[in-house]
Amino acid sequence: MSTVHTDIVTPAGKIYEGDVHMVCVRSTSGEMGILPHHMPIVAPLEIALVRLKHENEEVVDYAAVHGGFIQVSPDRISILSEAAEMKDQIDVERAQIARDEAQKALGTLHKSSEGYAQAMLKLKRAELRLNTAAIKEKVQES
Amino acid sequence: MPSMRDIKEKIASTKKMRKITKAMQMVSAAKLNHAQSSAQAYSAYATKLREVVASIAGTAKGSSAKHPMLQSRPVKKTAYLVVTADRGLAGAYNNNILKYTHELIQQKHQSKDEYTIIVTGKVGLNYFTKRGYPVAFSKIGLPDELSFDDVIGIAKDAVALFSDKKIDELHLIYNHLINAISQSLVNTQVLPLTDLEKEPVKKANYSYEPDEDEVLAALLPLYAEGQIYGALLDAKAAEHAARMTAMRNSTDNASEIIDHLSLSFNRARQAAITQEITEIVGGAAALE
Repeated sequence: MSTVHTDIVTPAGKIYEGDVHMVCVRSTSGEMGILPHHMPIVAPLEIALVRLKHENEEVVDYAAVHGGFIQVSPDRISILSEAAEMKDQIDVERAQIARDEAQKALGTLHKSSEGYAQAMLKLKRAELRLNTAAIKEKVQES
Repeated sequence: MPSMRDIKEKIASTKKMRKITKAMQMVSAAKLNHAQSSAQAYSAYATKLREVVASIAGTAKGSSAKHPMLQSRPVKKTAYLVVTADRGLAGAYNNNILKYTHELIQQKHQSKDEYTIIVTGKVGLNYFTKRGYPVAFSKIGLPDELSFDDVIGIAKDAVALFSDKKIDELHLIYNHLINAISQSLVNTQVLPLTDLEKEPVKKANYSYEPDEDEVLAALLPLYAEGQIYGALLDAKAAEHAARMTAMRNSTDNASEIIDHLSLSFNRARQAAITQEITEIVGGAAALE
């Protein structure tokens, strides 16, 4: 099985670099699974989970990627994002606090009010972090 | 001539001062190291982003739909993002920037409606508000170890000003770190993005999902914000370098002063001894 070199780059540095067999992302136009030798493509990403499947099908790395975009060139895949974390780097406590704050803010705001979109984004990010961190436990159990 | 006691006190106080400046120098050196490594980590992201943006902007140039961030429109209002430090004691770091900005504005603009200022750092904010410059917004208290989350607020606001057409140009004025002992002042135009086409475009025929315009719309704000973050990182590193150099100079000066003072202290001591001997000899001679 072939692999492709993949990295996840954020302003704080590279958080992931390695050879993987398949990259699953959710772009703004839908889910994409990218295998080696994919045609060159650039797509913006949603705030969503990214799965990096290794050659050995059992091994999957998870990353929480908060927006940004994916760039697929013939020999490598780069994911660029303003913020991204691997599952084991996630600060669960902070995410929980952020989620509670966001929910509280959403409770007081109306859809048309100014901070609504921001609070929604915050909630999305916090939930993604929590969900991604939760996956980790499942893998450990099995 | 000052007495021995005075000189001694002066030496003690100068020594204490030297201790402080020396400590500040070492703190700045450590912070500079950190700032440089985070600037390095960031440059990986910046080059990647630039590559993609340039390749898209290059291919999209022919198409009729041009993104507003790439389009130069008639300049009615210019914004200057001026990066200064929160604290002084960094040599000419803040002064250079403020002086340059002041002169630039004097030269280019007649009235206050033609420009606005976005400023980071207490020193700059005080300077501009005291002199009655129009400050759109400011950010003070940026931590020494800058993270993207700290900057994203001001970067987003600045980019939003441009996309809301409240300003037609955004310039960044900051100190660029050349190496630990020299910094240079940089004035770059962030928006509209004009320097992309100069970049050598790597030919790869990317397809864009869902389409070029939408990718560009998502990418360009990211790119502009990235540029601002990069500049702030650079400025932070330059600030630490400037402070380190300034503190090293003052440590050296303190040492020099201490040398001088010890010399005059020894002279005074010797003079006192000589005087005492003369007095004793004189006294003995009077007894004979």
